[in-house]
Amino acid sequence: MGQIVQTGPARTGAVVAAASAAPAQYLTFTLGGEMFGVGILNVKEIIEFGNLTEIPMMPAFIRGVINLRGAVVPVIDLTARFGGKSTEVGRRTCIVIIEVPDEEARHDIGIIVDAVSEVLEIAGSEIEPPPSFGARIRADFIQGMGKVAGKFVILLEINKVLSVEEIALLTGSEMTAEATAQASGG
Amino acid sequence: MDEITSVFVQESREQLAEMEAGLLRLEQNPDDRDNINAIFRAAHTIKGGSGVVECHFIEAFTHHVENLLDKLRTGDLAVSGEIATLLLECCDQMLSLLEVLAAGVDAPDAELTARGESLSERLKTFLAADGKAANTLPLASDDPAVEVESSGGGIVLNDSWHISVRFGENVLRGGMDPLSFIRYLATLGEILDLETITDAMPAAAAMDPESCYIGFEIQLQTRSSKADIEQVFDFVRDECELRILAPNSKLADYIKHIQELPEDEMRIGEILVRSGALTQAELESGLKDQRQSSPEPLPDEEEAPPSQPLGEILIDNKVVHQEVVNAAISKQAQVSDKKTKEARLVRVQADKLDQLIDLVGELVIAGASANLLAQKSRQTDLIEATSVLSRLVEDIRDSALQLRMVQIGETFNRFNRVVRDVAKELGKEIELFISGAETELDKTVVEKIGDPLMHLVRNSLDHGIEPAALRLERGKPACGRVALNAYHDSGNIVIEISDDGGGLNKAKITAKAIERGLIQPDATLTEHDINNLIFEAGFSTADKVSNLSGRGVGMDVVRRNIQALRGTVDVRSVEGEGSTFTIRLPLTLAIIDGFLVGVDKAAYVIPLDTVVECIEVGAQASDRNFLNLRGEALPFIRLRELFEVPGAPPPRESIVVVQFAGQRAGIVVDQLMGEFQTVIKPLGVMFRHLRGIGGSTILGSGEVALILDVAALVHTVTRSEQQQLLTDRGHPAAVTH
Repeated sequence: MGQIVQTGPARTGAVVAAASAAPAQYLTFTLGGEMFGVGILNVKEIIEFGNLTEIPMMPAFIRGVINLRGAVVPVIDLTARFGGKSTEVGRRTCIVIIEVPDEEARHDIGIIVDAVSEVLEIAGSEIEPPPSFGARIRADFIQGMGKVAGKFVILLEINKVLSVEEIALLTGSEMTAEATAQASGG
Repeated sequence: MDEITSVFVQESREQLAEMEAGLLRLEQNPDDRDNINAIFRAAHTIKGGSGVVECHFIEAFTHHVENLLDKLRTGDLAVSGEIATLLLECCDQMLSLLEVLAAGVDAPDAELTARGESLSERLKTFLAADGKAANTLPLASDDPAVEVESSGGGIVLNDSWHISVRFGENVLRGGMDPLSFIRYLATLGEILDLETITDAMPAAAAMDPESCYIGFEIQLQTRSSKADIEQVFDFVRDECELRILAPNSKLADYIKHIQELPEDEMRIGEILVRSGALTQAELESGLKDQRQSSPEPLPDEEEAPPSQPLGEILIDNKVVHQEVVNAAISKQAQVSDKKTKEARLVRVQADKLDQLIDLVGELVIAGASANLLAQKSRQTDLIEATSVLSRLVEDIRDSALQLRMVQIGETFNRFNRVVRDVAKELGKEIELFISGAETELDKTVVEKIGDPLMHLVRNSLDHGIEPAALRLERGKPACGRVALNAYHDSGNIVIEISDDGGGLNKAKITAKAIERGLIQPDATLTEHDINNLIFEAGFSTADKVSNLSGRGVGMDVVRRNIQALRGTVDVRSVEGEGSTFTIRLPLTLAIIDGFLVGVDKAAYVIPLDTVVECIEVGAQASDRNFLNLRGEALPFIRLRELFEVPGAPPPRESIVVVQFAGQRAGIVVDQLMGEFQTVIKPLGVMFRHLRGIGGSTILGSGEVALILDVAALVHTVTRSEQQQLLTDRGHPAAVTH
């Protein structure tokens, strides 16, 4: 897709540079007032928020599962994943379905966003490395900082943010903690 | 891996399985010629196929195996236990080599190569020794001394080689030209006669111009050996049917040859001419007699039914022997039989089936949702139409699931080899009895049950069956008995592994369990509970750790694997008489009969087979989580508390009483919503640590409902509560009941 859009000869250098690192088109969305972006090639579809089934005994960042045309897809709350509070559901809240490649298979995972903005083209030269600290998000979650109209867009490293392996581990430890808490409560 | 290779690998695996089964039979029945031939054919097919896919390491090794099998087949070498063991090892080696090919590796690793070489060496020692151990068993034929009598006016061409070849359909596609083989054959000697067989050619409309339908019957005069002639056809060995009769072959060979010819509904005369048993001249003189015996002269023998069967006329003329004609006639009858049998099986890719099942699953969900809407609309016609539809959908679902059902026999048969090898290794004499092999269950279950079964069988062999001396002392036959049995029982399949060995030693198990801290020293347990302690993690009572089992990882892994299949495992044992392991599994993993319950706004499904009854709870006076159910103290779990659902419970709550593994518990829910049959959707790897929830399903409304794993749920709660109590008291050892 990237090749079709960027046909101008002046941009070929950027394409080559970006092709090795990341796709040049990003879907941007807002989350808690901040602008984020994910590589467009990972995005499968965007759906309205609703019909979410909560899963008990799970960490807060796993909001639940939805029925996506017969497939059961988990939905992750990114703000909670980054260590913040749970996202409030509003009028423009959407679920972005993202395809995450794993060793053997591909997993569809939904993320809750406050609002979807637009698809932006960001040249490789316009992407800065992430700051070593200060972003309040784990450094390995950030692929880079895209500069758009003088503002920064946090481009997410989706394989890390939605690492199935890591999430599974986190839910595992949560299970144990939960069980103990349960016992002390009752 | 290209398509040809994958087909080769798949077919070779089947051939190897057949070969192994044949070899096991061979030990019991060394004189079964048909069996030896079948083993040889399997090895030969693999060798031929490996040549075609250019996998030389398999071809080279199989060649040695084939040589030895050939000696057994001709009777130059007698079958012995030693040879059978060696051949079984060769079988394993071929399978390993096959896996190397399947993995797409160019050559086997050093270890495998070394093993192959040592096996080849051992094969060679047997081959070299055949002169001394010669045990000649001539291939018996009905009457080998009888030779075909030649009548005047024709020469029977049986002083030359007779080659019969039928090219397979794919020969032309493979870039082979049948004519080039004939030309090459002509370089070996002189082709005296060549007959083109076009019987396989279909009608013009059905014919595929890229397929090859022809075959040849060739008379070749040459000094070359049979192997040289065979080599001519090496490139198409896998694709064509090749038969070679040596010069001056005996009558019996001709009979056999006629029986093996692939053509159907062939006129007897033509068969005989083609077989080289008689010449065209003989046939013509026979036909002439036939015409003379009929009142009117017939212009063409094919246009009118002959008044006297052609075969009889030929016999009258003493041209061919009765046996030859009989063989040809019976061949005509067999051909139609064979056709119907071949048409019964269709090979389908497993993933295509899975896709079908997935689609049917969605159909079930969509049907349920249509039903719900119809009910809401209150239109009688619509409700009727959708209910007919859902009945059909249910039928389709059942038939689709039936497609995936396979017999358990194949899995069971693998254990013949295991029992044989393990028994030899342990120096015990053990027989395996298999029953219920035709019991069907879902293919995915069959695939996953193999490992747990292996553990249990090995366990029975190693720990169950006593050494022969001890058995005799106990008044049992020296030969131990291990039995595998399978049967259906109310929507479940039950697999039993039983042995007539020493049984479980209860005192030893109790002592061990106390030592490992699994039970309290003064705990009173039923016999059944004691036996089932062996499934606890880190439990092994074997005094010495053997190669096979006894590392204490087996049994709890077995139980976990079986529980992952939504099954249970149980052991019954009588000390001194043996033990029986019983595995219960659902017939399929895809569909579940559930009981729908509601907590707050969420819906949960409890597997129906665990539900015993439902009761209503009144106001609870105490905060203890148990109630008096007809004099029995029934502990219960409040889903609302466990799942941390906010809000107050409704005034009327219900308890679903569930039973599993002989234990009862209650589950407190807000409302009961009735029975519900549905397709299980796994929650995926992300939730693999989630205990208490077995999967999910989609309701008619499109919402996702979670399926409760009752056993795990109760287990989790029990464990966490115990842990809590122990830490409260500070001294775990001081807790007694």
